Amino acid sequence: MNNDTLIPLIGVVTDIRQDTPDVKTFRVNALDGGKVFEHMPGQCAMLSIPGVGEGMFSITSSPTNKEFMEFSIKKCGCLTTWLHAMDVGQQITIRGPYGNYFPVDTELKGKDLLFVAGGIGLAPLRSVINYVRDKRADYGDVQIVYGSRSKDDLVDYKEIIDEWTADPNIEVNLTIDNPQEGWDGHVGFVPNYVKELNPSTNKTVLVCGPPIMIKFTLAGLKELGFTETQVYTTMELRMKCGVGKCGRCNIGDKYVCKDGPVFRFDQLDALPDEY
Amino acid sequence: MQEAMIKRAKELLADGTVNRVMGWKKGEFAYDTTPAVFETAEEIDREFVYNDFTQANQSKYLIKESRKEGKILALLKPCDTYSFNQLVKEHRIIRENVYVIGIPGGPKIDIEKIKAKGITGITNVKNEDFTLKIETIYGVETMPFYEAISVKCESCKSKKHVVYDELIGEDGDVLDSNRFDMVEKLENMTAQERYDFWRGELSRCIRCNACRNVCPACTCENCVFDNPKSGIDQKAAADSFEENMFHIIRAFHVAGRCTDCGECSRVCPQNIPLHLLNRKFIKDINCLYGEYQAGADTTSKAPLTDYRTDDCEPSVVHERGAE
Amino acid sequence: MLKISASNLNALFDRIAEKQTLYIPVDREPNVSEYKKYESGMTMSKALNTVRSAKDFFFPQTENLAEFKMSGKTIEVKDIRKENEDFVVFGVRACDARSFGILDKVFLSEPVDSFYKNRRDHGTIVTMACTRPAETCFCTTFGIDPTVPGGDVSVFFDGENYFFLDNTPKGEAFVASVSDLLENGDASKLAEVQENARNIMKKLPLAGLSTDSFGGERLMEHFNSDKWAELSESCFGCGTCTFVCPTCQCYDIRDFDTGNGIKRFRCWDSCMYSDFTKMAHGNSRNSQLERFRQRFMHKLVYFPANNDGEFGCVGCGRCLSKCPISMNIVKVMKALEDK
Repeated sequence: MNNDTLIPLIGVVTDIRQDTPDVKTFRVNALDGGKVFEHMPGQCAMLSIPGVGEGMFSITSSPTNKEFMEFSIKKCGCLTTWLHAMDVGQQITIRGPYGNYFPVDTELKGKDLLFVAGGIGLAPLRSVINYVRDKRADYGDVQIVYGSRSKDDLVDYKEIIDEWTADPNIEVNLTIDNPQEGWDGHVGFVPNYVKELNPSTNKTVLVCGPPIMIKFTLAGLKELGFTETQVYTTMELRMKCGVGKCGRCNIGDKYVCKDGPVFRFDQLDALPDEY
Repeated sequence: MQEAMIKRAKELLADGTVNRVMGWKKGEFAYDTTPAVFETAEEIDREFVYNDFTQANQSKYLIKESRKEGKILALLKPCDTYSFNQLVKEHRIIRENVYVIGIPGGPKIDIEKIKAKGITGITNVKNEDFTLKIETIYGVETMPFYEAISVKCESCKSKKHVVYDELIGEDGDVLDSNRFDMVEKLENMTAQERYDFWRGELSRCIRCNACRNVCPACTCENCVFDNPKSGIDQKAAADSFEENMFHIIRAFHVAGRCTDCGECSRVCPQNIPLHLLNRKFIKDINCLYGEYQAGADTTSKAPLTDYRTDDCEPSVVHERGAE
Repeated sequence: MLKISASNLNALFDRIAEKQTLYIPVDREPNVSEYKKYESGMTMSKALNTVRSAKDFFFPQTENLAEFKMSGKTIEVKDIRKENEDFVVFGVRACDARSFGILDKVFLSEPVDSFYKNRRDHGTIVTMACTRPAETCFCTTFGIDPTVPGGDVSVFFDGENYFFLDNTPKGEAFVASVSDLLENGDASKLAEVQENARNIMKKLPLAGLSTDSFGGERLMEHFNSDKWAELSESCFGCGTCTFVCPTCQCYDIRDFDTGNGIKRFRCWDSCMYSDFTKMAHGNSRNSQLERFRQRFMHKLVYFPANNDGEFGCVGCGRCLSKCPISMNIVKVMKALEDK
């Protein structure tokens, strides 16, 4: 019988990084090393600990990383609490990749890019950012606006400081919600910061974060003259199968697991407001 | 009767006593009726129905409705008043926000019993002197009214309204019902026969939760079977015995609070006689703690949540088990 | 046309059951039928249709997907799939036969669901033409002719004999396997029987129901209709409609700790249930209105939007009979349709 996508593969956790007080980044390899499967930026995978639960997570590492996959996961429910408690060497089940991806090789190619992320919302964008950094010549200006509740809640802070801000070819703008000792950077909410930065309207925007942040960021971008067709986001709803059959992650006639998770805002506008 | 109810409902709406009326709405066929809330006299004139098929117990809806602004009119059959009272007792229904009119109850007809006679293509059902005249696209059929009486009305326990603000029609009495006959039959079976009976019945369960969701005693905000943290929130049986557990646990949980309204068996799409589980509890409570009818009043202490020095000893379980 | 007399039907069943598992509708109470594994001497039900639909044969209420052995930090996956045995389902009505085509669109589209396909590949569907539809029938609304029921083999009854017409290679093989019990017969009475049934369909109370107002292009309009509040007002969120429905295919995947490993199983789920879309951080369909709307939007709008206009309903009428509060797709269609 052919392989069935519902029967998962096994991966092993080879590194665990405490990113923020409630976010850890897990490195996953195939049992014999290397990656369990290939993916594109923005795609997801179903991770599970049998008996605990199974959940859909964005693959945060770039496809250009040929050695391993990474998942940045916030402690939120049963499964994620279990994942946060496990040690290196733990095996997990993994299946995928699922869903569409940011159109890095088509619509985004050659464009000036603006990434806007809030909190754990950086996770799906990190895959694209590192993909773009590794194929830097294919894209125009790259600007990243990233904010969190506090400095401690900035995911991948080390990579951001050591690699992204050190990269002369990209502009990184960080912000935190409230003033904090040891932080001399910008203070304020992400949507306001984006407006202050007044990015050029010829940029294509990729935004991910809490729903309220996305909502106000989009409104701010529109005030600046951006249109919905320029802005992409990635969605998350309850998923079980990952392949558009179990029937729960739909927004109108579109399944987030199969037709998404990446949507352009003009596409979302044509769908019911039920997410 | 329907006319009297419509007239009174419209009066109470007009004089501002209530701002909504809980009733039943006409359906596609002569026999399908849907519980509904009416807000205007026009809606009532257009859609309100009360007939031999309006079986649904509306008291559970009043939990939500009594928490809305204004007062709602509830038209309660005798059996519904017990559920209503029990929910008032459990502080689930806010009594002040409901104006209760006691209305005569059944016996109601179960359309499934008509269909079980092989009668199909039904376009109308008339009750002519306790003979049902059933018009169908294949011609007219007749059958005795009593053969179509719904299971819940077959063993009616009471024609008395235990709570009302006013009555339409006469009040009745608590009846000497035969409702424990089948329970006794089951008790008289051998353990194996009884086990086989329930395994057979419960094996048909499709776990649609209709029995639980309709049950006026099942009003937990988050049912243990829906709560992932309970560890038993499975939607399907992991093994063939688990389905039985769902019903047994549910029966335990409503024991002492179940008024025997019969809704669980009425809604079961697989015709499982679930009410028999509850009746067994009621019979046992009566026998071990003295006669008790849940919902008969709003003040008495329920036997299972009360302690008296003459309560039966736990050993009764062993003694009975040995029988 | 090949036929067998009504009195010989059980001989046919016995023959089929010799070689493979046979399921036929059997009465468990008068005129209340369910599919049962055939055992010699069983009588086929005369009821119009089974209480539960026939979807169970391909999409059972619960089935195991995989097993896991957990030991220390390691996990072992066990593929427990086995090639299904051949089986025959006899007496499927036209509505249920159509429902398989709808389920196929979900489970056989890429990536193919091997659990479903396995059963589908090994099942032979023998249908039975309707002669006495009920008032709850409205299959013709979805373009189904109940007198030409489809499946692998169509069976027609003229009051005395059952006539067989194979529709697929699988059906052809089935008829060939029992051909020595069949004889050539005069099917001239059948046309009259069919015509009669079609005329009855035209006289049924729901005969005028139309799908004209539905389909993918009406998505936003129907989603935003103000009718949903009233329609869903009394729905208490059970799964009866979903579970008796031949086309409802939403499922849940759960794990069960056997104490000796983990079984991962899939089971029917219902969009009417409050936890259907519940996540750790919230729920996209919090109210019963939203959940109720989802079920009917799926059948009348979303499904046709994704499947070349085919609706996710076959008009079998089960939800009309079984909904505890008598709310159903017909009432929804009538409330939403263009007046």
